[in-house]
Amino acid sequence: MVRELEKYLRPGIGVTTYCPGCGEAILQGLILRAIDELKLNMDDMLFVSGIGCAAWIPSPYFNADALHTLHGRTIAFATGAKMVNPKLKVMVISGDGDLADIGGNHLIHGARRNMDMTVICANNQNYGMTGGQVCATTPEGALTMTTHQGNPFRPFDLCRLVKAAGAVYVARYAVTQPVAMVRGIKKALQTEGFAFIEAVTPCPVQFGRRNKLGKPADMLKDLMSRCITEEKAETLSPEELKGKIITGEL
Amino acid sequence: MGKQKVNSVLPPGSYYFSGDEAVAEGAIAARCGYCAGYPITPATETLERLSVRFGEVGAAFMQMEDEIASICSCIGASWAGAKAMTITSGPGFSLMQEAIGYAVFTETPLVLVDAQRSGPSTGQATRVGSGDIMQAKWGSHGDYLAIALSPWSVQELYDQTINAFNLAERFRVPVFVMAEEATAHLHERMEVGAEVELFNREKKPGAPPFGTEEEDGVPPMPVFGEGEKLLITGSTHDEWGVRKITHPEIHRKLVTRLHKKILNRSQEIIQYDSHYLNDAQVAVVCYGFTARSALFAVEQLRGEGKKIGVLRLKTLWPFAGELIKDIGSRVGKIFIPEMNMGQVAGEIKKYAACEVVSYGQVTGEIVHPHTIMEQLRRLM
Repeated sequence: MVRELEKYLRPGIGVTTYCPGCGEAILQGLILRAIDELKLNMDDMLFVSGIGCAAWIPSPYFNADALHTLHGRTIAFATGAKMVNPKLKVMVISGDGDLADIGGNHLIHGARRNMDMTVICANNQNYGMTGGQVCATTPEGALTMTTHQGNPFRPFDLCRLVKAAGAVYVARYAVTQPVAMVRGIKKALQTEGFAFIEAVTPCPVQFGRRNKLGKPADMLKDLMSRCITEEKAETLSPEELKGKIITGEL
Repeated sequence: MGKQKVNSVLPPGSYYFSGDEAVAEGAIAARCGYCAGYPITPATETLERLSVRFGEVGAAFMQMEDEIASICSCIGASWAGAKAMTITSGPGFSLMQEAIGYAVFTETPLVLVDAQRSGPSTGQATRVGSGDIMQAKWGSHGDYLAIALSPWSVQELYDQTINAFNLAERFRVPVFVMAEEATAHLHERMEVGAEVELFNREKKPGAPPFGTEEEDGVPPMPVFGEGEKLLITGSTHDEWGVRKITHPEIHRKLVTRLHKKILNRSQEIIQYDSHYLNDAQVAVVCYGFTARSALFAVEQLRGEGKKIGVLRLKTLWPFAGELIKDIGSRVGKIFIPEMNMGQVAGEIKKYAACEVVSYGQVTGEIVHPHTIMEQLRRLM
């Protein structure tokens, strides 16, 4: 993270918990960049996170009110706080396992109610903190600690899910698209209603290692090569679309 | 802040309410600012009434997607500054257990009304039971203490709901109102006074939200949005909320304080009433709806000259152990009728030196006075 954003960090908390090569540290910086560019006052903000690697992005690092909740229930906690104090600028930051597996029901109901909050889902395609197990966003065939012969099930398309449930702003970016990601987070923060960002992020230690995706730098390069726009996707055949990640506002 | 008298919201006088409606009005009188719940028999009528009445008094009501979301949103609401409540019955109470532990560990004031029905599982969904008493004590994982109250009438559902908010705010704990289907659906007259005494949470800007010098202390309760930069976590934490998950002494100190803040103030929390105990040879210890039958039965038997007394527990947790110890040293037998397999009787056996006779009834029906009379005649 660049020095100029350090003013947003809680004093006295030095080390981060990310594994080497984790993309969530990049996302952490991009979220603060968006807040900085919008000149938001951290005292007006409430960060709500669940359980898992991504839940550590705001807590304890961001120097603001932070509610580090139970596994999967972030949006429910955030709903109560927002209902009581509508002036709070509520941002939920958590992982795919937290928001889409155990918390999937709260995710779609938050979107359906169009609760005024920004939800950032760091999607690393597996349960990182518990050692790399399959989750609802793991690609079909991928190896994890609980799918040794490849994931037999299809993953969720989180953006389509949340959009169908009624979110008013939905976008997907990879952490390898920093400029677009910051623009997306800013738009989400300025949106009145339920705004959702899927932040695709590499997990070299748990996911990459088992799927032989190489070093952290290789995973970043691979991510860059697989991100395409929706317009581009429309020109590709289903075969060509395999493994591609459609990014942008959806 | 602290204790203060305010006007009742309902005009003073007599009302004819159901127990569920009395809970709703009690919450309004206590200035509850947020209620979330999920429909479940026999608690639904409280939600229905609050969905209308909260609109009138300017409080927030949410019907959530399940009971887990309901209690979690209440915890969020509580930290955002509102007095918060959720209402449920057994199956919902089971779903809420993880979040109850979170509320205990993060010292979040919260009121939970459990209109108990006959379990386990879906059980007899429309029938009465009292099977959630031990769940109120130990339903969530880990060691903790909460407060549980046991009202016996529509009047007490109103009064004890207010009391529950005061205790929750005073001690920063979840407080359970252990209602029962029979009182939740009972309609009877109740009185509303001109004023209610409320405890409003103590704030101390800049003070550590989980810190206190006393080993049994209750820290002041800050709220979101006031620049406190709060750090709240269900992990073991220091006085500023910073995770300390491998420090033996910090964990021991925190868990111990959360126990002591309740246990050391048991005398302040525990309420009971007693009848005919002075010369009693047998004491009937009872709570909730069953106490109505028990008192009636004992009054009948007193008319026959039988020396029986009644102790009605209005507070179940923390348990009135010292009181039971004292009564157990003065009577020959203690008889406990209850709508479960003897959950409170088991607790009484820990304290009473005398013979303890449990009568557990799990039929989905109230314990009839005649049943209690029959059992007591056998004992005498």
